[in-house]
Amino acid sequence: MQLPDAEQLLIELAASLRPDITQNTALVGIHTGGAWLAEWLHQHLKPSLPLGTLDVSFYRDDFAQIGLHPQVRPSNIPFQVEGSHIILIDDVLYTGRTIRAAINELFDYGRPASIRLAALIDRGGRELPIAAQYVGMALELPWDKMLALKKSAWGKMSLSLHDKRRDNE
Amino acid sequence: MSNNPQLNKNGDLEHLLTTEGLPAPILLNILDTAKSFVGVTERDVKKVPLLRGKSIFNLFFEPSTRTRTTFEIAAKRLSADVVNLNISASSQSKGETLLDTVNNLSAMHADMFVVRHSQSGAAHLIARHARPDIHVINAGDGRHAHPTQGLLDVFTIRHYKRDFRNLRVAIVGDILHSRVARSQIHALTTLGVPEVRVIAPKTLLPSKVERLGVHVYHEMRQGLKDVDVLMMLRLQNERMLNARLPSTEEYFKYYGLTQEKLSLARPDAIVLHPGPMNRGVEIDSAVADGRQSVILPQVTFGIAVRMAVMSILAGN
Amino acid sequence: MELVIRNGRVIDPKNRIDAIMDVSISAGKIMALGAAPSGFHAQHQIEARDLVVAPGLVDLSARLREPGFEYKATLESEMRAAVAGGITSLACSPDTDPPLDEPGLVEMLKHRARNLNQAHVYPIGALTKGLKGEWLTEMAELRDAGCVAFGQADMPLPNTRVMMQAMQYASTFGFGVWLRPQDTTLADGGVAHDGEVATRLGLPAVPVCAETLALSNIILMARETGAKVHVCRISSAEGAAMIRAARRQGLPITCDVGANHIHLSEMDIGFFDSNCHLVPPLRAISDRDGLRGGLLDGTINAICSDHAPVDEDAKLLPFAEAESGATGLELLLPLTLKWAAETRIPLAAALAKITLEPARILGVDAGHLSPGAPADLCIFDPLQYWTVEPAVLKSQGKNTPFLGMELQGRVKYTVINGNIVHEDR
Repeated sequence: MQLPDAEQLLIELAASLRPDITQNTALVGIHTGGAWLAEWLHQHLKPSLPLGTLDVSFYRDDFAQIGLHPQVRPSNIPFQVEGSHIILIDDVLYTGRTIRAAINELFDYGRPASIRLAALIDRGGRELPIAAQYVGMALELPWDKMLALKKSAWGKMSLSLHDKRRDNE
Repeated sequence: MSNNPQLNKNGDLEHLLTTEGLPAPILLNILDTAKSFVGVTERDVKKVPLLRGKSIFNLFFEPSTRTRTTFEIAAKRLSADVVNLNISASSQSKGETLLDTVNNLSAMHADMFVVRHSQSGAAHLIARHARPDIHVINAGDGRHAHPTQGLLDVFTIRHYKRDFRNLRVAIVGDILHSRVARSQIHALTTLGVPEVRVIAPKTLLPSKVERLGVHVYHEMRQGLKDVDVLMMLRLQNERMLNARLPSTEEYFKYYGLTQEKLSLARPDAIVLHPGPMNRGVEIDSAVADGRQSVILPQVTFGIAVRMAVMSILAGN
Repeated sequence: MELVIRNGRVIDPKNRIDAIMDVSISAGKIMALGAAPSGFHAQHQIEARDLVVAPGLVDLSARLREPGFEYKATLESEMRAAVAGGITSLACSPDTDPPLDEPGLVEMLKHRARNLNQAHVYPIGALTKGLKGEWLTEMAELRDAGCVAFGQADMPLPNTRVMMQAMQYASTFGFGVWLRPQDTTLADGGVAHDGEVATRLGLPAVPVCAETLALSNIILMARETGAKVHVCRISSAEGAAMIRAARRQGLPITCDVGANHIHLSEMDIGFFDSNCHLVPPLRAISDRDGLRGGLLDGTINAICSDHAPVDEDAKLLPFAEAESGATGLELLLPLTLKWAAETRIPLAAALAKITLEPARILGVDAGHLSPGAPADLCIFDPLQYWTVEPAVLKSQGKNTPFLGMELQGRVKYTVINGNIVHEDR
């Protein structure tokens, strides 16, 4: 299957975000793919608030089934959440559960004025009432495939597709 | 010898009973996870919903307000329900055995036991006989082990020194009776610290301690030379009563940490102490409150490390 | 009753016999080895093809727990265990409750044991009243009541003057004094060998010098008083070396070792296995090897079961709080055979350590198959494997470090005074 060029999509995503960046807009990437995208977007859109990253491991709803993610990274929100306009950034929007966890975690830092969502790919299959305001591309995928963003050693981002392992989410 | 009682058949951590025999990746995973929890403890809302609905029982057969409190805070920050039981006072005196108590509490749908006991091996015994889905954390058993303390100490060292692989670490004091020292030694050697020294008079060293992979020093000035990390141990008063030491004054003179002795270590050396400190016995106030002391950060990290251990166990 | 045991491999260390032959028994005595005497008509016979026919085993250290500790074990259960282990004579230690310090108690025990009609029981009397280490017992009276020697079991005798005088008094009558060497204060609170394992596990330790220091007292006093001293359950290589040296200097001192200690070491404690909480403690591997060497060169005369049945609850405690001891009567033979196999010792020499030699120390006519001797025999399959499991053990104590292990050597028949008292089906 031919996958879209991630970096091309990212340029388009940046263009759609640009008009909405204000004095009080903060970009927050979700580990791991979302954090790479957010980093790139932060460099190019140059919002005044510093970049935030979230690892939602402590907020996931599948902890009881699969336990703690093996490599948890610290979340880092280096700005005042109270009153800010946050744009959450993730690579692939699917069930919506990760976004639910991310929203919960953000609220433990304070009460934002608004949260919007940007995703490079929206592959449908939502299990929660969550929608993205900014989408690079909508893509239909078989249920047994996993889509994720990869980053090469020299920083090139690309999409990759692999089989969903039975024991994995 | 039996299999490692701390790991399940997939090699994941099932109980935390001792730092001995745990593979380095498991120790590093605890330290990495703890790092994420340090961030949580610095937020306004210092709580995550990870262990919502889980019940953690603090079984303290030996009183210790400090340790119990840190476990309690850790559990509450993970949203678990915490039940504190000081058992020395109640059931044990009525002739109920340790395992009777454990079986009773298991029936109350506990998910995790945090156990403190005056006898070495008590946590192993409980882990072996508790319902199989209950995780056991050893919060100190006799002279044997205090793994979360050992882990928070190596966490603190990593925080300040980044890498374990070119460090000289000295542990000073009553090694013989110290569960903390044993847990520190195993954690440090597993994580690749090339030189761990123990410094104590012969009456406070267990026999064949060098088999644990440490270098023995009796002279503190020699032992402190060029070390990067000093881990001081608490000296219990009863050591004088059973003729292991003549006096606290003489002990302080030869094994107490003063600014002057500290100057023999590397200039950027850090000083740890598991608390509570005996100022003027094993450590001088000027050092305890000084620039090189990391004793207060240890306490903060202690909560994060215990949160990490609890969440990793609950997830396995 | 007349009994013939046919086609067995008869091993009698005393008479240096190791051959396939028949054994004829009449009126409770051995009548003949080999061809039956003319006119002998056996009413009963045991077919012993592929089995070893040995003298009944003699055990120097069995705690029968009666009187006083019937919740741990009873005379009935432990006497059944003894014959199931091929033991036909045993010495029981005085640490009952009350201790065996009065003739009445000894007579009662002998009487109860006789009524059970099983192994011969030889009580060791208390050396001091109440085993308290203060006043001497009425040793001569106790001997008349049936005591064969005097000792302190595992109770301390810290007062060296009392120890000296006890030896002097006992030697007046030629009584044996049995002592386990352990310095009370050095061993105080200790539960494991002072070595690497105790250091790792943080267990209070018993140093080797707790044994050697006390042993040196015992040896010097034995020399001084001329007492007939038997050293019980030596645990260290250095201890064995001291006995060897004393013996070389002509001191007629004897010595035994527990069957667990010739196989196990501190390492077997693993993660606080309370079945390995034994007294004296399991020591270093070098000590175990030293004990094996002592057995081989005769420094250590005998292997004993060190039978100490403990109830289940008393073992389900943290290591130091768990009661020490292990069941042993049914393991004495297989553990001795295991030692013989591992060190390539001829079967006859190994069996001497649990038959002839302990009988000599006890001073009783047992442990051999000479014509005219009491017909006490142990007939066993030296090759049969069996698993040490609670259900298989007749002893009320089910705890042993060998629980769950497979051992070789199974007692098929035990004969006492010509009667078959145990048969394994």
